[in-house]
Amino acid sequence: MELLIGQMFAGLSLGSVLLLAALGLSLTFGQMGVINMAHGELMMAGAYTAFVVQRSISDAGVSLLVSIPVGFLVGGLLGLVLEGLLLRRMYHRPLDTLLVTFGVALILQQAARDIFGAPSVDVRAPAWLQGNMELLGAPIPLTRLFILLLSLVCLAGLVLILRATPLGRRIRAVVLNRDLAETSGISSRRTDQLTFFIGSGLAGVAGVAVTLIGSTGPYLGTNYIVDAFLVVVAGGLGQIKGAVIAAFALGVLQSVFEFSTTASIGKVLILVLVVVFLQLRPQGIFSLKTRSLA
Amino acid sequence: MSTFLQSRWAAPAGLAAGALLLLVSAPAALSVFNLALLGKFICFAIVAVGIGLAWGRGGMLTMGQGVFFGLGAYIMAMHLKLADASLFGGSGVPDFMSLYGSGEVPGWWEPFRSPVVTLAAVVLAPALVALLLGLAVFKRRVKGAYFAILSQALAAAFAVFLMGQQATTGGSNGLSGFRSFFGFDLKDPANKLMLYSVAAVVLLLALAATRQLMHSRFGELLVAVRDQEERVRFLGYDPATIKTLTYVIAAVMAGIAGALFVPIVGIISPADVGVIPSIAFLIGVAIGGRATLLGPVLGALGVAVAQTSLASTFPSFWVYFQGLLFVLVIGFMPGGLASLPQLVSRLKRRRIERGGKGSATAPATHAPEPAHPAPATAANVPEEASR
Repeated sequence: MELLIGQMFAGLSLGSVLLLAALGLSLTFGQMGVINMAHGELMMAGAYTAFVVQRSISDAGVSLLVSIPVGFLVGGLLGLVLEGLLLRRMYHRPLDTLLVTFGVALILQQAARDIFGAPSVDVRAPAWLQGNMELLGAPIPLTRLFILLLSLVCLAGLVLILRATPLGRRIRAVVLNRDLAETSGISSRRTDQLTFFIGSGLAGVAGVAVTLIGSTGPYLGTNYIVDAFLVVVAGGLGQIKGAVIAAFALGVLQSVFEFSTTASIGKVLILVLVVVFLQLRPQGIFSLKTRSLA
Repeated sequence: MSTFLQSRWAAPAGLAAGALLLLVSAPAALSVFNLALLGKFICFAIVAVGIGLAWGRGGMLTMGQGVFFGLGAYIMAMHLKLADASLFGGSGVPDFMSLYGSGEVPGWWEPFRSPVVTLAAVVLAPALVALLLGLAVFKRRVKGAYFAILSQALAAAFAVFLMGQQATTGGSNGLSGFRSFFGFDLKDPANKLMLYSVAAVVLLLALAATRQLMHSRFGELLVAVRDQEERVRFLGYDPATIKTLTYVIAAVMAGIAGALFVPIVGIISPADVGVIPSIAFLIGVAIGGRATLLGPVLGALGVAVAQTSLASTFPSFWVYFQGLLFVLVIGFMPGGLASLPQLVSRLKRRRIERGGKGSATAPATHAPEPAHPAPATAANVPEEASR
């Protein structure tokens, strides 16, 4: 029983990390059609933000709480620059955005290497997140619980923005029909920028979060990017609820597979599962119903 | 000149010139070391020919060619390890297995003792994997970004899988230390020359085959599928079959390249087959001109040469440079260097227009020429339509 709960929680925790990484992607990839391979590097920037903040604020608890909004800003601003310099020229070429942002990812990785050095750095977790909580006899690491909560908060915030604010209404309008939105007086240019800012900012927050469970290195982003994309693909383009289900499903399945086989075979099984799943539902769990072909 | 390029003699003449250059001039001019280096680059170029076909002509962004490269390479490496072990060790067990594993050869290695099985598997294994993935993906009309991400995930999973199997695939160290190649001593310069020549011939054959394919009905259908998949379907063809077949061809080329890479370079490890090398294959193709025949080859060779000369002296600079190449070429010159004449003429025309009107500004996004090799706009039309 304890083992089962422990495994389930490990899966949920993995899922919450995936969700944090995939939320921003779901926004930029799903809603804007931009395949941002540098999303992982925006996470990495968020993680190094946490490191830098902690160097100036020595109290780990305060620095964590400060890092989260600062990480959001750093990720968001980087994303805004990326969008303004490159991506806005390429909205009609989604596959090419993938390669361009891969180039950006290479540059950012190397920049992090040159600034912070190749070895990984560590961000201290605050005292109130050290140790475990008991849940029906199973130890639950508090850091992972915190990440789970953070991902849920981010999710709630994003849904709130999309559903209940004028900005969210504009974003949804541009996604559904760009031309019609423009004729209604919405600046799709500004909406794109804001969407990208929020999506990239979420990557920054994800980066701050993962400093709690691992060390921070220049290649941190590469560990998450492929899985995050799988989550978005399996969840359905532009579908936040799809991303949520896919993230937790993949997280739990992966931890089950890793537990019953090995880490590497678990990864392979996950991929096979996603391919098989796309056989059944090529558009992911949820899909926008449109009358366009294919 | 252009009439000659279009004549029926152009292709055989080009092939002959290429053969002369690669098989006569290069061995005469280069040292044994540099020739092996060129052999390695040629392996990358063979992969690039396949990518050019699948991506440039077919519009399928294959981000997982490292998998097929790796399959060919690991199959060849397993054979060489087994052959070495029975030739030199006597026990028949490759050295690293007694170090990390049980000291016994696992069952799934055994078939690769036979050279015939190995050579067949080098071709068939990548073909089979590509066929399965291609059918699974294209039959269900999963395309564009979905396919790219799935193929990338395949590369990631493959590399992780290899790293996890320390005892049977050498883990992250990979397989290395080969001494013989089908009975030939790998240290002998004459045999090195032979290996290089084999690679060069394979490249020329791949080019000749690809050219024939491009000029066949199949090649025209492929471009049609890239530009207007739905219309091809309405005409009664099955785009999935066309795409899958192309993907298989590209995979086989990558597999053969991998099999040649192993004896020429002497090592294969997960670092050569994962996500990063898989994407790195693409940049040369993009620079040269993805939709052309020679562009991918020349681009891949150029990038490999630049990497070798720059990366050793300025490793950090090289990464920035590589990143910038991706950004600049794909972002601003999607047709690659092959589209340079077109770009220049368009700029000239714009300048003339501007001179005439004073303030005419044609937005650069409107790529007008409906010309054949204009993947800038043509490559992504179906996706644009899908949203």
